[in-house]
Amino acid sequence: MNHYDYQEIEGRSGGYWAILLALVGLMAVAGYGWYLMEHEGHWITGMSNQIVWGTPHVFAIFLIVAASGALNVASIASVFGKYQYKPLARLSGLLAICLLAGGLTVLVLDLGRPERLVVAMTYYNFKSIFAWNIILYNGFFAIVAVYLWTMMQHSLGKYSKPVGFFAFLWRLILTTGTGSIFGFLVARQGYDAAIMAPLFIAMSFSFGLAIFILLLMGLYNGTRRPLGDLAIRRLKNLLGVFIAGVLYFVLAFHLTNLYATEHHGVEAFILRDGGIYTTLFWWVQIVLGSLVPLALLYHPSWGKNRKLIGLAALLVIIGGLAQVYVIVIGGQAYPLVIFPGYEASSTFTEGVVAPYSPSWPEVMLGLGGVAVALFMVLFAVKVLKFLPISLADNMVDPYHKSGAADTASA
Amino acid sequence: MKSLYYNNKRIATLLVAVLLSFALPAMADTPVPVVPKGKGVKCVEPTDVMRKRHFEFILHQRDATMHEGIRTPQHSLAQCLNCHVPKAEAGQERVRYGSDEHFCSSCHNYAGVTIDCFECHNDGPTGQPLELTGAEGRPTPLAQPLDLVDEAVRVATREEEE
Amino acid sequence: MSKDVNATRRKFLGQAAALTGLSVAPGVFLVDLAHGKPADEPVSAKNRWGMLIDTNKCAKDCNACVTACQQENGWGSNEVNSRPDQQAQWIRKVNLKHKATGATYSLPMLCQHCETPPCADVCPTGASFRRADGIVLVDKHICIGCRYCMMACPYKARSFIHEVLQDQSVNAPRGKGTVESCTLCVHRVDRDGENAVPACAEACNEEGHAAFVFGDLNDPDSRLSQTLKKFGSRQIRADLGLNPGIHYKGI
Repeated sequence: MNHYDYQEIEGRSGGYWAILLALVGLMAVAGYGWYLMEHEGHWITGMSNQIVWGTPHVFAIFLIVAASGALNVASIASVFGKYQYKPLARLSGLLAICLLAGGLTVLVLDLGRPERLVVAMTYYNFKSIFAWNIILYNGFFAIVAVYLWTMMQHSLGKYSKPVGFFAFLWRLILTTGTGSIFGFLVARQGYDAAIMAPLFIAMSFSFGLAIFILLLMGLYNGTRRPLGDLAIRRLKNLLGVFIAGVLYFVLAFHLTNLYATEHHGVEAFILRDGGIYTTLFWWVQIVLGSLVPLALLYHPSWGKNRKLIGLAALLVIIGGLAQVYVIVIGGQAYPLVIFPGYEASSTFTEGVVAPYSPSWPEVMLGLGGVAVALFMVLFAVKVLKFLPISLADNMVDPYHKSGAADTASA
Repeated sequence: MKSLYYNNKRIATLLVAVLLSFALPAMADTPVPVVPKGKGVKCVEPTDVMRKRHFEFILHQRDATMHEGIRTPQHSLAQCLNCHVPKAEAGQERVRYGSDEHFCSSCHNYAGVTIDCFECHNDGPTGQPLELTGAEGRPTPLAQPLDLVDEAVRVATREEEE
Repeated sequence: MSKDVNATRRKFLGQAAALTGLSVAPGVFLVDLAHGKPADEPVSAKNRWGMLIDTNKCAKDCNACVTACQQENGWGSNEVNSRPDQQAQWIRKVNLKHKATGATYSLPMLCQHCETPPCADVCPTGASFRRADGIVLVDKHICIGCRYCMMACPYKARSFIHEVLQDQSVNAPRGKGTVESCTLCVHRVDRDGENAVPACAEACNEEGHAAFVFGDLNDPDSRLSQTLKKFGSRQIRADLGLNPGIHYKGI
């Protein structure tokens, strides 16, 4: 096995500071948006009593889901023993923590009473999957922190495998929990499916890895450290598998729904008549976020182009946001079936698709969460040894012979 | 061990006094809260008990009312306000929570203790005051300024004597 | 009521009772007259409060129950900034048309006070809860405003308060950032017990429709139980198995 030399990034360039400054600026605007929401109340947002979870939740859920997926690279190294992933493990753990922190920041700040966070920590209703998630999220921070510790302190190295295994199990439970937030909503036509949990796990694999690839390429580009094709090709092939996995679960979800007549209404809404939701589903989630990246990643020549691999990862992220948007907002926009067999009308958008247009504070709050995550990563890699000095092919795999990398798979 | 405890207590008291004297520089014009007088002759508990424990009563009543439907008026927040916040005079705006003239905020502003009761509860009178005539309360002091330094020292020395 | 209540407590209770005209002298209760529980007695599972709403008696264009609820609980006029879809909806009139037969119905929708309320199941802090006597409430003191209960409720019975409020009704403290819904006029129920008439029902009676019957589902002799037994009823979305305390007749 190889020993890698890790080193903090220098972080003195104008570019580094410019990015940090931009992120701080984003957080400041997000903070102001949040202040308005908190001070005035949610009336200034696009959310209503019908669309109760809006854009902040889209970002929060995306980031939380991606967080557990970002840990995958480390898990592959320590749980599944693929030593080629080992040098990437530290960044993987770091990214997981940062994405979760970003997502939770958004989730908490969107609460009606964010100052009562301590209540959420002290009053527990153990029947609530939400309450379980609070424990799962906190536990995730702790476990991944310990995991990073075992990876970064040489004397603790022997514990990194069992801790990594535990972290892997924990992240699976965590994403199951996140998916179950929706899966347990029996009354909502758009949710109420046990498949939500595995779908969310597949989504986490895909989103987390896409973010990881982009970040890795960005960091190594920015620091001019060598990043060989071997590492990138492994990751991009894996991303392709994960994208296909998500597509499979999406297909299974909609096919099972289409089998049940009572779900035809909501399916027709998402797949055919839903306007913005239908567009987001077919064009952004499926075409732009899944099929195009698959083509880019597996095409014999495009798949070797770094820029196109990066583009594919970016498209996966955009498609992922669209997917979460369709699930969260689209699922709420479709009217509840309170009186099956009747046409209903009332003063409260009965039987009508609920309108929703996000306001700027909501969008900024969501983007602020992304900024928090990125800021944390960029700060951490400057102060601690997260990144190997070189990820050139001969460092990643000493037994590597050029040209053999394409066969690598998960 | 015991003396150490008492010594600590004395030091703590001293510290509080010193800190407060820093916070309130000119002793001659020391701002003290002017607590408006309530209606009636006495409160539902003796005044010194209310000063120290009103939040316990209110919190206990809060949970009892909310979850068990216990609606005894003695420690009801609404009853506090019925006695302690005057109704609006004709053509005038009623005193609001946040103002130094509001019974609750007169002290809470002074002590810098934030409460969120009135984000949901009405901060004014919503009914008739309870009429207390029995021996269970003590007369409410008339707008008597609360001297926290004095109070802290008094409590500490009394406990020490006991 | 236990006999060892101290003099102080008895006095307060007496005064409370005097206010509601239920006693002839402090400390002496004419409980039988009111059927209300003493103010210091906790609610218990021996009651389960519910209502029957007869849609045949509910007039299509009548909104009296909604207005009365707004009046009683202080919602509907003080949310000045909120859009219509952001304003509170404790109770709303729904007009229905059967897709196959074309028959039309009108009925009020409100919190259905489920026996197994999904809102309470999903609430992370336990702020959404079902009281021992079956009334489903939000403890706004520990509600963090996550709105998961609104996602879970099959009846759209809950509202989130989107703005700062003042001068709330003493019957229903409510404020920005928390979730709320029909309380079955819990303040009246605690005062009057099985003789309680929620504000909606009261207004309906005054309009001469008398579509509501309030009562104790656990008491086989109550007017509610007797009516249910005699005429039958249905619960909305009964397929979900939540056993709502609000029953409907005529649909």
